[in-house]
Amino acid sequence: MQLDSKAPGGPIETRWDRHRFSLKLVNPANKRKHTVIVVGSGLAGGSASATLAELGYNVKCFCFQDSPRRAHSIAAQGGINAAKNYHNDGDSIYRLFYDTVKGGDFRSRESNVYRLAQISVNIIDQCVAQGVPFAREYSGYLDNRSFGGAQVSRTFYARGQTGQQLLLGAYQALERQVGAGKVQMFPRTEMLDLIVIDGKARGIVTRDLITGKIESHLADAVVLGTGGYGNIYYLSTNAKGSNATAIWRAHKRGALFANPCYTQIHPTCIPVSGEYQSKLTLMSESLRNDGRVWVPLKRGDQRPPAKIPENERDYYLERRYPSFGNLVPRDVASRNAKAVCDEGRGVGESGLAVYLDFRDAIERLGRHVIRERYGNLFDMYERITGENPYLTAMRIFPAIHYTMGGLWVDYNLMSTIPGLYVIGEANFSDHGANRLGASALMQGLADGYFVLPNTIGDYLASNKFEAIPSSHPAVREAETQVTCIARRLLETKGSRSVDSFHRELGKLMWDYCGMSRTAEGLEHALSQIPALREQFWREVRVLGNGEELNQSLEKAGRVADFFELAELMCMDALDRNESCGGHFREEYQTADGEAARDDSHYSYSAAWEFHGVGNAAELHKEPLVFEYVHPTQRSYK
Amino acid sequence: MRLTLHIWRQRNAQEKGRMVRYEVPNVNQDMSFLEMLDVLNEDLIAKGEEPVAFDHDCREGICGMCGFMINGVAHGPLRGTTVCQLHMRHFRDGQELYLEPWRARAFPVMRDLVVNRSAFDRLIAAGGFISVSTGSAPDGNAILVPKENCDRAMDAAACIGCGACVAMCPNASASLFMGAKISHLGLLPQGRPERDKRVVAMVSQSIAEKFGSCTNIGECEAVCPKEIRLEVIARMNRDFLRATWTGRGVSRDEAEQVSNNSLAESRR
Repeated sequence: MQLDSKAPGGPIETRWDRHRFSLKLVNPANKRKHTVIVVGSGLAGGSASATLAELGYNVKCFCFQDSPRRAHSIAAQGGINAAKNYHNDGDSIYRLFYDTVKGGDFRSRESNVYRLAQISVNIIDQCVAQGVPFAREYSGYLDNRSFGGAQVSRTFYARGQTGQQLLLGAYQALERQVGAGKVQMFPRTEMLDLIVIDGKARGIVTRDLITGKIESHLADAVVLGTGGYGNIYYLSTNAKGSNATAIWRAHKRGALFANPCYTQIHPTCIPVSGEYQSKLTLMSESLRNDGRVWVPLKRGDQRPPAKIPENERDYYLERRYPSFGNLVPRDVASRNAKAVCDEGRGVGESGLAVYLDFRDAIERLGRHVIRERYGNLFDMYERITGENPYLTAMRIFPAIHYTMGGLWVDYNLMSTIPGLYVIGEANFSDHGANRLGASALMQGLADGYFVLPNTIGDYLASNKFEAIPSSHPAVREAETQVTCIARRLLETKGSRSVDSFHRELGKLMWDYCGMSRTAEGLEHALSQIPALREQFWREVRVLGNGEELNQSLEKAGRVADFFELAELMCMDALDRNESCGGHFREEYQTADGEAARDDSHYSYSAAWEFHGVGNAAELHKEPLVFEYVHPTQRSYK
Repeated sequence: MRLTLHIWRQRNAQEKGRMVRYEVPNVNQDMSFLEMLDVLNEDLIAKGEEPVAFDHDCREGICGMCGFMINGVAHGPLRGTTVCQLHMRHFRDGQELYLEPWRARAFPVMRDLVVNRSAFDRLIAAGGFISVSTGSAPDGNAILVPKENCDRAMDAAACIGCGACVAMCPNASASLFMGAKISHLGLLPQGRPERDKRVVAMVSQSIAEKFGSCTNIGECEAVCPKEIRLEVIARMNRDFLRATWTGRGVSRDEAEQVSNNSLAESRR
């Protein structure tokens, strides 16, 4: 298979404009004859549904939650980047583009990233007009802050709830179209398969989560905005329901899956407190501006932090990275935390945590300043752990946060299946091997509001769409497939719960395909996963039946897909014999322990083709060309 | 610690439900309330009994998916907290807890602790938005918003749509929810042009959905996990009176009808 990125050439500043002009248009009277299915209602899916409906298309939008407003975009805290240069501090579209390509460790497509930076300014305008209450200065102008180590202030924010406010903006735009009759909303409805007819995506099979009814929905194009797959690790900052089922089942129908091993770890999360732990809570990275990270010098030192004298503490980030200290990027901070815990110097009951200490900052600035800066985070920490961070050092540990990999898409955001579009975190497009802070919201909304609504018209205008009867063999086949999976899960009647399998898979992935990876470890995981998967299908216990609200059955289907995806992630990680961004292979590091990229061999996106469960996936490479930003090695010493 | 739970079990919207007693012997005080229910469910599955269905998703108190009554209080005893962020250290050994779903005519029970809140979506679809299509926005800084208005709008916009306000209200009124949206949008210059139409449309939709009227009891404010204040209801009422008395944004006939319906509903 030849991957054609369709990325335009020529001067990068005009690529998107020229490309848009070359796209065919659907005449307004014909738009209402087309139906588009959108799966997912987060920033990407919600904004796409609303915008497509505004243009005149008929939209059917699906989400598994009880309302489109619950999508996990809502939990994003920090902010959204835009190259507005409102502060006259040297920001520009080119600089945002440059930072994003470099931050992605030179593993993304330049054309896409430039477009993202261009569109970022329109997103802010659109959201302000919708009533998103971005923070303001006293003058009434929009406020910005610098975020995630950026040297310019380009992050727009709405307190610590930027994701919530942006999502509510998209949700309200969506509901406006529901009221106008242009969007038909299907909440509590989960996509379980993709219908492909004559090589084109023509619909989906869904399960109504209340009645259990399996149904097919047909359309002229299908858009997936179903988010990332971080929940494969069981413990992550994702919502409990976040899953890979929609993209995975589309992958099994022929869509290539790109860079599955690129996962992002967030260094400042509240550590695991026990076996029952169900998810991890993130605390804003801004804490590292004033907190000092340390562990005891001695292994197994059980004394409370305040009892450990200064000369028996190891401020390991300050020691190893004297110029950046506690502010090193996410991946570096995370890996170092793991390293000291592996040495047996981790703290807390589990030994899987490091201290983030505000003692010195409180002495220097006073308690009131710290309260002003971090009060809400300190309250959240206390609510969850029962410890007061003003009095004792916080305990933190890294957690899985975002997945840069996803379905492969071209410049039009179309996957390798014609008519199947993938937007937001579900695709692989813009972040390369590592995503910068405050860029996820930007990409979701750029795809949904501005890119997809333009590019999808070209496909609809250049193809003919015959009406498909619901009795079509491809429809029947997909429905049967879905029914069989559910029946098999219910009839296994084994002895172990779905969660117990999910936990075990998550632990395996975290240990061998998590923060740092080795060929040996990945091979071990690859030998364990199939056995565990077989055990799952033999011993899983799903009670109840399929014709009712059955949360265990929902979970079981998602975990079954995670088992297959897990294998692909390990394979991809094993194939990539270099360290880049979120992918760190211990064999490939510089003399002083930093990630060593190998541009001469691995400057490509790895797009995998499915060849059946248990069979090796086939690798297709999309070479990456850097005409504007020339690859360099990152250094934080 | 050890807890005794009485949980509402109901197979589906049609069948009758009942309270069932469960013992949870090994509750760790660092668990969240939902993690405690996870543990109970794992035990039930091991025994071959169907687990308790409850809604939840982000478990960070922001998605608004979770929520049920604990001993008659929406989201339980801790102020400004959803059940997913409520930890077991706020309970004591041997305590008996009664868990029930939200109770309101507009929120039918679907199973156990799961209710259908899609009436909230229909309230927003009726008018809880600003009509601006993608692409037609002016530059973000072309619309100045006084910081204080923006902060107040944000206070109201913090609503997570969980439905605790309706569940706790003796009238099952959605006034806090609607008032929050009407205040959020009405406090911003972008939201002013549609202010009259919005309030009339949302209030008439709430009557159609069988939400009750507000009689200023304040239970909603007391249980709101985002601590949204009653002030938003006052703002909604003022907008509603202004719109219906002056006939702005709606025809006079329509306004009169909504007004009458709303009066009739509150007397009922």
